[in-house]
Amino acid sequence: MSEVKFSKEHEWITLEGDVATIGITKHATEMLGDIVFAELPEKGSNVEKDGTAGVVESTKAANDVYTPVSGEVVDTNQTIVEDPSKINEDPEGSAWFFKLKIKDASELNSLMNKEEYDKFAKESAS
Amino acid sequence: MGKRVNMEIKKTSLYQLHHNNSAKFVEFAGYQMPIQYSDGIVEEHKFTRGHAGIFDVSHMGQLLIYGSNDLVEDLEKIFPLDLKNLKMNHSKYSFLMNDEAGIYDDLIITKTEKGFMIILNAACKYNDFKIISKLLNDKYKMELDNKRSLIALQGPKSVEILNNIINGVNDLNFMSGNWFKFEDKKVYVTRSGYTGEDGFEVSIINELAEKFTKELIDRGAKLIGLGARDTLRLEAGLCLYGHELDRDKTPVEANLKWAISKERISQGNFIGSRIITKQLSDGVNKIRVGIKPEGRVIAREKTKIFNQLDIYIGEITSGTFGPSVNGPVAMGYVENKFSKKDTKVFLEVRGKKHPANICGLPFYKKSYVKGVN
Repeated sequence: MSEVKFSKEHEWITLEGDVATIGITKHATEMLGDIVFAELPEKGSNVEKDGTAGVVESTKAANDVYTPVSGEVVDTNQTIVEDPSKINEDPEGSAWFFKLKIKDASELNSLMNKEEYDKFAKESAS
Repeated sequence: MGKRVNMEIKKTSLYQLHHNNSAKFVEFAGYQMPIQYSDGIVEEHKFTRGHAGIFDVSHMGQLLIYGSNDLVEDLEKIFPLDLKNLKMNHSKYSFLMNDEAGIYDDLIITKTEKGFMIILNAACKYNDFKIISKLLNDKYKMELDNKRSLIALQGPKSVEILNNIINGVNDLNFMSGNWFKFEDKKVYVTRSGYTGEDGFEVSIINELAEKFTKELIDRGAKLIGLGARDTLRLEAGLCLYGHELDRDKTPVEANLKWAISKERISQGNFIGSRIITKQLSDGVNKIRVGIKPEGRVIAREKTKIFNQLDIYIGEITSGTFGPSVNGPVAMGYVENKFSKKDTKVFLEVRGKKHPANICGLPFYKKSYVKGVN
């Protein structure tokens, strides 16, 4: 599996072959607070880099989830739809959002590595 | 271009304590207030329902009006209440209205030895003060007490915890109060609140607010932020000013006619009485209802409501996830003919229509004790 990459919209992405797994970062969940609702893209649909591909809601507000790369949705994680609190528990592990069959691996090049993202998150929080 | 007015954000006497308890702050009505602490809104909500939560509501207005019989008569021209028969230290929920019965604020008024105490919403208090003093022709001494903090303790363990600190509060009935002592200083305690739980509101001098709150914490109560206050009141079906209530809505439309004295309606001599009497006899076009979405989708404020024929019938005024209900809950206004319980409606969220049902309120059953109202 590839190194984990991060977007400025606080999504993480890993790549295995041409299938990317995408979720939201721990930092994002800490900013959101208790997540009580999640909506995922439909399996078989196509999503475009930086376009919306889902929604998460805390008790306070609704937030769009963006996809950091383009591709076809090949799988969605229904366990987080049924129990959204799992996103707070394990955001960067078992609580992934969706898997994409990607078209262009070079779209990942502009994303941040862990160190860059941690710095970015720290700065954007303050 | 005008100069920008540099409004200083106000802090309550508990600010440092909130800060020390890792509160996340938000500006609310000109005050720096805790929206949540480290446990988060869902845990804070559940803790209040199961134990006892402490709410700093010192930003709310504590309006004191001094006077006796004349004052009772003059206040009856303003509020739709039978104040002549209100017993000493008893409280009533009411509204400040305009001539069209539009609501300036909702409030709790308590009869005290020196006159009346009125608890006002933070965002409305200065305007309310102006309106009320004008209506009273500056005849009475009035003050918005900023020397006292207001601290609410809510939840089933409240009575046990507070009675350990202030002996005797367990004898208070719901919607009544009295003077007690804390550290040899007078505190005014009412059995009331806005969460759907048994509880108290304690008016205490600012200097002792932190000490008092720490004693509550020592006995097992926890600080709760405005976030959980909102989910708690919404589950309890209680209105929030600026959402369910504003100048374009009347108490009858807000489905709060229970709070208007029948005696006073027949007399009809209070501000807004003409419209209220008319609405009570002719009915209203729109009315506040509870709305329960069928799925998990949360319908927030301003969500449009449609009937089964896809015709617009109203709007959501508050909507969130109810932690005790474990699902989405909402309140809103719909055309009266669609307000019957179990009427199927559709809520437009992010372009999709989601099924929901009109339902009775509260979403979560209250556990007020000794319901003397």
